[in-house]
Order: sequence, then structure tokens, then C-alpha cells
Amino acid sequence: MEPILRVENLTHTYSAGTPFQRNAVEGMNLTVMPGEFLGIIGHTGSGKSTLIQHLNGLLRPTSGHIYLDGKDIWAQPKKIRDVRFQVGLVFQYPEYQLFEETVYKDIAFGPGNMGLDKDEIDRRVREGAAFVGLPEDVLHKSPFELSGGQKRRVAIAGVIAMEPKVLVLDEPTAGLDPQGRENILAQIRAYHKSRGTSVVLVSHSMEEVAQNVDRIVVLRDAHNFMDGTPRQVFARAEELERVGLDIPQVTKVALALKRRGLPIDTAVYTVPELERELLRLKGGAV
Amino acid sequence: MLKDITLGQYFPGHTLAHRLDPRTKLLAVVLYIVALFCAKGVVTYAIVMAALATCILVSRVKLRALTRGLKAVYVIVIFTAVMNMFFTGGTPVADVWLLRHITFEGLRTAVFMVLRIIMLIMGTFLLTYTTSPIALTDGLENALSPLKKLHVPVHELAMMMSIALRFIPTLIEETDKIMSAQKARGADFESGSIFKRAKALVPILVPLFISAFRRADELATAMECRCYHGGDGRTALHVLHYKAADYLVMIGFVVLTVGVIVLARMGF
Amino acid sequence: MATMIETKDLTFTYPAEEGREEMPALRNVNLSVEKGSFVVVLGHNGSGKSTLAKHMNAVLLPTGGALYVEGMDTADEAVLLEIRRRVGMVFQNPDNQIVANVVEEDVAFAPENLGIPSDEIRRRVDDALAAVGMENFTRHAPHLLSGGQKQRIAIAGVIAMEPECIVLDEATAMLDPVGRREVLASAHRLNRERGITVVLITHHMPEAVNADRVVVMNDGYLVMDGTPREIFARVGELRAIGLAAPDTVELMDHLNKSGWDLPLEAITVEECADAIYNALAAEEK
Repeated sequence: MEPILRVENLTHTYSAGTPFQRNAVEGMNLTVMPGEFLGIIGHTGSGKSTLIQHLNGLLRPTSGHIYLDGKDIWAQPKKIRDVRFQVGLVFQYPEYQLFEETVYKDIAFGPGNMGLDKDEIDRRVREGAAFVGLPEDVLHKSPFELSGGQKRRVAIAGVIAMEPKVLVLDEPTAGLDPQGRENILAQIRAYHKSRGTSVVLVSHSMEEVAQNVDRIVVLRDAHNFMDGTPRQVFARAEELERVGLDIPQVTKVALALKRRGLPIDTAVYTVPELERELLRLKGGAV
Repeated sequence: MLKDITLGQYFPGHTLAHRLDPRTKLLAVVLYIVALFCAKGVVTYAIVMAALATCILVSRVKLRALTRGLKAVYVIVIFTAVMNMFFTGGTPVADVWLLRHITFEGLRTAVFMVLRIIMLIMGTFLLTYTTSPIALTDGLENALSPLKKLHVPVHELAMMMSIALRFIPTLIEETDKIMSAQKARGADFESGSIFKRAKALVPILVPLFISAFRRADELATAMECRCYHGGDGRTALHVLHYKAADYLVMIGFVVLTVGVIVLARMGF
Repeated sequence: MATMIETKDLTFTYPAEEGREEMPALRNVNLSVEKGSFVVVLGHNGSGKSTLAKHMNAVLLPTGGALYVEGMDTADEAVLLEIRRRVGMVFQNPDNQIVANVVEEDVAFAPENLGIPSDEIRRRVDDALAAVGMENFTRHAPHLLSGGQKQRIAIAGVIAMEPECIVLDEATAMLDPVGRREVLASAHRLNRERGITVVLITHHMPEAVNADRVVVMNDGYLVMDGTPREIFARVGELRAIGLAAPDTVELMDHLNKSGWDLPLEAITVEECADAIYNALAAEEK
């Protein structure tokens, strides 16, 4: 299968030619397959924000290429806006970008910029709102009357309503409490399942990424560090820990048990998985 | 990008020009401007120019940094020059076509006016290049403190100025972020008529204003929590002291200005 | 032990917006924080935890009941400055609490307001920056620092008042894991080395593991109060009010449902591993 998005040898240099010159991203490669749920993880400063702003052409590579459906997105710089409709990007704390008088109008901003007709916009606004669990009566309220969590959903709906082929979310749960976090993640999962389009989830929480995605890309110091299924990545949990990345508590417990001499599989990252593994061990012990 | 804007930029350093008390520098700039506007002839202009050159040399600020500041005003400079050339009465330069309208007197005034603007800008830029914004506000507050007797809210104004300086980079960063977010939703800031472009700014300005108000509100609370209660009884980490160099520089500039005024009166 | 902060039937209702019903954000809260302790206040968004924090140095005043800081009533205007000096507050957004554009000037802000002589301010600024490990950033511009560093500057700005108590009002909520660790480590160090009382407001459960005491808020009520071990053992109740116990406790709770007998007080990774290991070893015998 052909990847829907392919990043090839991407380098981005900030403040080139000044003493502050630095490569935020260096020789990075990335593929996103159609329908895939991909997680990108890394510290602040690992290059993840810079990378994702290249995916929809907000930043232009210093060198390297980005291909969408096999076509270089910068082949025709005048058409870069079309790329932004196909690769929807939800920024961190997206609620701070709301500006319209009503929730409805704000969600309609993206579809409106696409030049769609009124009926189509209406359909998309309602569908987008439904995906993030916004009730109908909220649509005609001012976004500024809503709670923080609801504002964030409006902002996410605004990008979903563009019906992008790839939806990229930068830290969609930042600052939310456990309940709010789980709600947003559940909605993203449901969206992915029913639309079948690709979703890229960017986060610094290993737990969050591990429990939701098919594949994880770990970035470190502007470079690719690991790339694989959650199991493959967490099989190298000790390495992750060594470079200061947060690994899930469950994986930490498994590692601690292994150090105590238990023959345990440490490539686990959710409570039910470790539970199953321990029950297996206990069964063996009896 | 917005981040590249130079606004009252400060180049840290350890030269005499950097070490002087900000009040001294403020006074020096005021005296320099007075001298500049009193200068009339070649001699007086040359004196003021020499003073400026000395300051630039002492401060070790690169000439390129100073001329860069002129970019913003070159339209005004050209406009002034042209106006003076054509609209000053006197002897025409030659009796052909356009040159008939240009007078020797006009040329002379044009050159002096352009010099005056350039030197004015270079002088004030030199002040901001060698004085940190915070020292500048401290200096201003201190220098203007006699006005408190006239119920001018000097402390409040200085506090507002320093908070504005503190938040300029934050708000610029925020503007960049909001612009990117709206571009990601297909906003187009680069094409269309002026009216269309102005309208395209709404999605940036509304979130920016809302955020600025939120920040102001939170900052006010945070300041109160740190026992801020106006300027009464406030002390300072850095207390301003005049040193010998300050007095010498002040005397120097007084002499410069008085000298220029006297010479200009005498027709030089 | 002496009491740092004490609330008596503390009740607070935000002024209602038009057409909305008034809902109390705090209802009859009775809490007393001992001097020198490290207390974590947990709760989901809207549980009232942040409203409670804002009462501790009179940013908000009770609409019912009272709050005392070392015996001083926060409603008494005459002692307002003294209360704010004794109880320092660090807020959520790092950008919106830094006043000056040079680190040392910002840390000096509070002592300047208190009218402290320049030499003493210098000493306090250096001391406060050292206390949060930011002594090498004295002349830096705050907007170029990371989130965690900015919050440590904010903590230093409070330390420079030489307070008895620091309230961290969701001060870690906007930080990445590294920043969160930095801030948490600073708070624990100040508590341990200087005996400063710390009240940490958060919804991030793992931050409560090393506290002396955990208080849980829900719907304006104080619903749980105890040591972290006692609180986390009540996994089911926590889940019911939208909070989650650390995964270690969740794991052991799950295992116990499958017939194991693990102590839910084992809240750290090592303790949890020990408990599981011992249970398996006992099985083998």
C-alpha cells in the first residue's frame, strides 16, 4: 500500500545565518498509511511541532520533501492551501483560536474557506459537532460562553469539518483532567473508526499514545529515534527510560518485576495486559 | 516573520555608553536633540555630527545596526528632501526644465533637513541600543518623579511601559501561533483586495484581544498576590547612582548644546 | 503542631451570570493545614479545588464561613499584605505571572513592593534563585525559558517574600512531563529543606504520591482527607468522581478482583513490584 503522507529526509533550520541558528528537525523520515492511527512522541524540543507544521505546508522545508498522495506538496506553492484542507491540523490549546459570534460559524470557517456551498457546509458543521459530542443547542451559542473543554471540542470540530484525509492533533488533551482527557480520546477513536481516515496523535504522554495508536514514532533531539508498534517500542522500554522519556507506569512495574528475576514480558503498557501477564505467571506458579 | 521586528532593540555590552546612568543618557539625548535643532550652518552641524560620531565610537555599536533603523523612515527622508528642493525660494540651479524649480537655497536646506532627520534617529537609536528597556523605564520614572507633585501618575506610567515591554515578545509569539492555526483552516492573508485582507485579520485580532485581556486579568491578580500596592513605599533592586563619568558626560553635553546655540546665533 | 491555614465552614458562590442559577463553588469546607506539611488537593475541573486555593491568600473572600492564615482572618483588610506575604501563590499560566523582562528583576518584584532595602533584596533574589536551581539564569529574558523554568522563576518570586506557605494553583497543568518534574522537585525541596508549607492543587494523580496528606474535592465539598496510601486505596470512589488512582493501584485492584490479595497501600512502582513479587513467591511455596 502507498503511504498517504511521506516525509523524506526533512531538515528545518531556524534563524539560519545568525548565532541562534539551529536545526529543529534534521534528516527526518515519516510515513502515514491510509487509515492508520499513528502516534508521535517526544520531549519539548524534540522537533515534533516543527515536523507537524510541515505536514500541511505551514512551514517550508529547508531541505527534504513532503509527499501527499505521492505528489510533492511544494511542487505548486500557490496551491498550498489545498494541502491544508487535506491534512487537517489541530494545534495545541486550539480553543484560543476561536473568534466567531457563534459556535456554528466558527466550525464553518474552514469549510467556508474551501468554497463549499451552503448546504454542504451545513452538513459538515453538524457532522463535525456530532463527532466531538457537541449538542445541537450549543451551535448557536457564542463559543466564549462555553467551558474550557467544550471550547476545545469546537476547535477540533472546526478542523474535522474540513473532512481532511489526515487529521493531525497536537496534544489534544493538554491541561484537561483525567475525565476530560478520556472523553476527547474516546471521541477521536470513534472518529477514526467511523471515518476510516488517518489520524496522527502528537503527545508527550506515552500512556496516552500507547493506549490508542497502531504505530508509534519516537523523536529525540530533532531525529527519528524509534518507529514501530507499541509492543515493539515498549520492548525497548529500558532504552526509552535511559534517554529520559516517560514510560507508562505499568511498563515500569513490569521492568521492576523483571529486575526481581521474574520471567515477565516487559512489552506491556496497559493495566489489562499486565494483569493478563501476571495471571499467566501465577497460573504457571501454581 | 513577525519575530524579526526590531523594536527598541538592546545590544548588551560593557562600554562606557552602556554603563552610564540611564538618566544621564536621557538628559544627553535631550540636549543632543536641542543642539541638533539649533544647528544652522556647516560649522554647527559638523560639531553635532562629531559628537554623535564620538558616541557611536565609544558605544561600539555597529554603524550597520544604526543605518538599519533608518529603513523605516526612508520615505519621510526622501519626501522632506524633495519638498525642500522644490519649494524653497531663491536662485535656480540652472535654466532648463525641472532644474528651473530647484534652487541653491533649496538644495542646502534639503541636505540639512535630511542630515537632521538621520542624526535624530541615529541618536535616539543609540540610546535604545545601549540601554536595556528596564533601565530606560527606571531612568524615566526617576527623572520624571518631580512631576508626581503635580499628580502625574509617573510610577503607574513607568510600570505600564515595562509591562508592555515584557509582553511584546509573548504577544508576537501568540500572533504567530494564531495566524498558523487560522492558516491551517484555510485562512488566506496574502491575496485579495485591501478590504478582503482587512477582513481576513478578524480571525487573528479577535482571539488576540481576548487573550490579551485574559493575560492582563491574570497578571493583575498575580501582581496583587505579590503584594503590589502601587508605587508608595516601593524600593528597588537596582538603585540608580550618578558616578563621576555621569557628571562629566552631562557637563560635556551642556557645553555642546550651549556652544552650538551660541555659534548658531553668531551665524555659523 | 501549629496550624498554617484553617477554614471554618468555608462557602463561596461566584456571582451568577444573567439567567443562570447561583451554584456554590465551595460548600462548608472545613480544613486545617499544619505548618510544614505538604498537602495535595485533588479534584476534577470544576470541583472547587482552585476556588479553595484562591481563598488561601485572599484573592477571593468567603461568602460564608471564614479562612484563617495563622489566626488572621483573610476578610480583614488591615492584614491583607501580611497574609499575602506569608502565603505565596503560583498560578497555572507561566506567561501571565512574570512581570519583568529580566529574571532577577522579576524575582525582586515582591520584595520591592514590600519596601525591603536594596542590599537585602539582592541577597533574597540570589537565595531564591538558588533555591529553585535557576541561579545561572539571573540576567536572562523570561520569555526564552521553558515552561518548567518559567514556573520555577515564579516560585522564586514567591520565595523572595520569605513566606511560610506556598500555594501552587494548578501550577503544573500546562507543563510537559519534564517541566512538571522540575516544579514538583522544587516544591518538595522547599518543603524539606526550609520547612515551607506547600499546598499543591492538581488533577494529576501521580503528583500526590509523595505528599504528607491528600485532600479530595468534589462538587464544592471536601470528600476525602488522608494520607496518599489511604486515599488511593479507595480506587472505586475516586473513579466515581472522575479521578483515577495511579496505574499501580488500578493494577492491584484488578488483580485482587481476580482473587489476589494485594495491599492497595503499595503506591509507588517499587512498592507495587515488591507486593506482586512477594505474592507470587508465596504462591510458589
